[in-house]
Amino acid sequence: MKNTISARIADFLKRYPPFRFLKPEDLNAIAAGAVVLYKEKDVTIFEEGDDGHELFYIVHKGAVNITKKEDDRQKVLDKCDEGDIFGLRPVFANESYQISAITAEETILYGISVADFKPLVLENKQVGQFLLESFASNTRNPYSHEHKGKLIGDLPKAEDSLAIFELQPVGITKHVISCSPDTQVSKAAGLMTQHHIGSVVVTLEDIPKGILTDKDLRQAIAHDRFSPDQPVSEIMTSPVICYPEGLTIAQAQVTMIKHGISHLCITEDGTPNTRVIGMVTEHDVIVSQGNNPTALIKTIKRAGRTKDLKKIRHRITHLLQGYLDHNIPMTHISKVMFELNDATIKRVIERRLEKTTPPPCDFAWLSLGSQGRKEQILTTDQDNAIIFANQNEKDLPRVRQYFLDLAGKINKDLKKIGFDYCPAEMMAKNERWCLSLDEWKEQFTEWISNPGTDEILLCSIFFDYDITYGDVRLVNELSDHILKLSNESHPFLNTMAMTALQNPPPLGFFRQFLVESNGEHKDFFDLKKRAIMPITDAGRLLLLQHWVKNINNTADRFEKLAELEPQNKELYLSCSYASKALQKFRAKQGLLHNDSGRFIELETLNKEEKIKLKRCFKSLREVQELIKLRFKITNLI
Amino acid sequence: MIDLFKSKKNYPEYWKTYEATFREKQPKYVSDIRFVVFDTETTGFDFKKDRILSIGAVTVKRQEIHISDSLEIYVKQQRFNPETVEIHGIIRSEKVTLNSEEEAVKIFLEYIGNAVLVAHHAQFDIRMMNEILKRLDLPQLKNKVLDTVNLYRATRITSNLINTQRNYTLDEIAENLDISVKDRHTAAGDAMITAIAFMKIIGRLGRNGSLKLYDLMRL
Repeated sequence: MKNTISARIADFLKRYPPFRFLKPEDLNAIAAGAVVLYKEKDVTIFEEGDDGHELFYIVHKGAVNITKKEDDRQKVLDKCDEGDIFGLRPVFANESYQISAITAEETILYGISVADFKPLVLENKQVGQFLLESFASNTRNPYSHEHKGKLIGDLPKAEDSLAIFELQPVGITKHVISCSPDTQVSKAAGLMTQHHIGSVVVTLEDIPKGILTDKDLRQAIAHDRFSPDQPVSEIMTSPVICYPEGLTIAQAQVTMIKHGISHLCITEDGTPNTRVIGMVTEHDVIVSQGNNPTALIKTIKRAGRTKDLKKIRHRITHLLQGYLDHNIPMTHISKVMFELNDATIKRVIERRLEKTTPPPCDFAWLSLGSQGRKEQILTTDQDNAIIFANQNEKDLPRVRQYFLDLAGKINKDLKKIGFDYCPAEMMAKNERWCLSLDEWKEQFTEWISNPGTDEILLCSIFFDYDITYGDVRLVNELSDHILKLSNESHPFLNTMAMTALQNPPPLGFFRQFLVESNGEHKDFFDLKKRAIMPITDAGRLLLLQHWVKNINNTADRFEKLAELEPQNKELYLSCSYASKALQKFRAKQGLLHNDSGRFIELETLNKEEKIKLKRCFKSLREVQELIKLRFKITNLI
Repeated sequence: MIDLFKSKKNYPEYWKTYEATFREKQPKYVSDIRFVVFDTETTGFDFKKDRILSIGAVTVKRQEIHISDSLEIYVKQQRFNPETVEIHGIIRSEKVTLNSEEEAVKIFLEYIGNAVLVAHHAQFDIRMMNEILKRLDLPQLKNKVLDTVNLYRATRITSNLINTQRNYTLDEIAENLDISVKDRHTAAGDAMITAIAFMKIIGRLGRNGSLKLYDLMRL
């Protein structure tokens, strides 16, 4: 009998080992017996110690974390995504699971019957071998070199916080360039130039006697002790600082700082009396910290596939976690996160443009909302729009269609990477937000001259735009238009002021927090609605009056305001601080719950954090008072 | 009057068996209920003239689909509408087992039993099935019915900025819920896409397993 569904499952399975080694009839039989399972995010599929299931699993869509309990916390060993198999233990042994599997996002799994599959494992050597290898190693796919050593290899380290990460062994350069003590300095320098290195180890029968570095050469010249013919032993640093293999990153860093050196020698037993087996340089230390922004930006710019970009997102999240753990200032964090997000979006657009026909005219890709304000720390929804050069009536539909198609693909790629679709459909693929310059001007004119609640809401989203890609002139022209219009329209500013005051500071009469009283997030504190949005609205409104364009970040806006209105400097600076503090709260909560961080569980905050949060609300209340006076808003109640 | 009574008595065995499944009461919680997600491919959209060419169905229970327990029936029809052939991909010469309408209904009723039926734009598929039943002098389907269009709507945010009363196509829902669309326009393929959409929607409506059938029927 024809079976479309099992044929489709077979089609999927045969793209991945070990299924692609199966005979077609076996594959079809396996597919016909498969189970499709839907799992929400954060659902445990099986737990360490559970009896083996009748099925093992392959990820169809989504991602699953493989974890193991260590010292009372779940340590993530591996992350399985599309095509990865897990839960193989019952195939090999009648034992309970040694690891847990928990969904990291909404996931569709295919379950394959262990009983049906076992005979094939015995029969087909290739299948058996593949499964054994992937079962034995924690990388599930022993054939994937991309996974090995690289990203997945990084993951177990990176999943831990930075603190633990630093206790990982540092990467060692095994290929050591060395010379004997009586080598001429000029020869040694030649060697260093030839190999693009900053040091050469001086050895006698592989025993380290000293090290010659750039610094030694420089100092020799400066102190006039230098002659090209002298032996290196006269100017080298000696003895060499030696360590055994397995030196941790933290140790390497500390030693380098302590001795003011940039190279460590690794010997067999860690003393200068045994053979040299490797070197650790400052560069190795940096590379070991693979999740640093510079390395990430480079990887993003070179990423060839959407899938690679998705993997980089995980690393970005770890970087963020590390920053927060180490109390790095929020200004720095948000700037780095903005640049990384921005680079990711740019890369997606670039890649799409490479693959399609060139655009029919100039255009600009705008990021709206939090990314436009450079405040998107965690990946949240994507809000974006396209603005393209004016067209005559004849060409307009064709040009718009081009950009709609382009945007559709870009939006889809961004979603794959982890920027969810905007639930209100504020995306460039929506024809309402893919307009020519004149159409945009018209649109803003309409919103500004006729400000209702919806219009103000739209303005609050579209006023905070930032050009991510394309022609900046289009954007500047639109900004000028908006500034001119909004400052001419008093009703508009007034309505905006009223909206900015809509959510008063979220403290009750007894200074307790006001939490959500109903809905899914009952008893949680809505950080976005009650704190971040009001302060963002306030900053936007106040700065609009000053005809300042191109500053979209809330903290920056308040800093600019402090400069423009010295009489209110103190208040504005406190608002700027509050805005940063609130972003930090959101980022921390988001990482804690693996979501957007919008809703805060008050019990997870300590006393100090609560006081900090309340201080933010004080600034918010004061700035709202100021708006009330300035725009002469009276309480209508 | 007696004729009517008599004709009821004379329903074929498979209908009586189907009817008997409804003596069992439907469980209260969604997690205990057997849902049959199905789709039909037809020669067109005219309830009187057009005919069902194939029916695809899968069972969703506890957010799982067992492929071995799925249904794919092809129906032998005289009517042939060249406009819809390409879309449906069921060319008459394709090598599949063809059933008569009555055989198809027999298999379908046996498969669904008292399950809650789910379909995309459910009214159309239900009506098409009921037309067959009518031609066989049988009563209408007795199952409770859910429409994925309504269910999907309930997962969208309430905002004046989007038109929530829109009629979402299966393609749109699949894209928004990140479901790969292969085998579109085959009954079984569409049923599978609809089933995954259904599971994702139930997941989104969530409520930690306390979701009741009553809640879904009200949407």
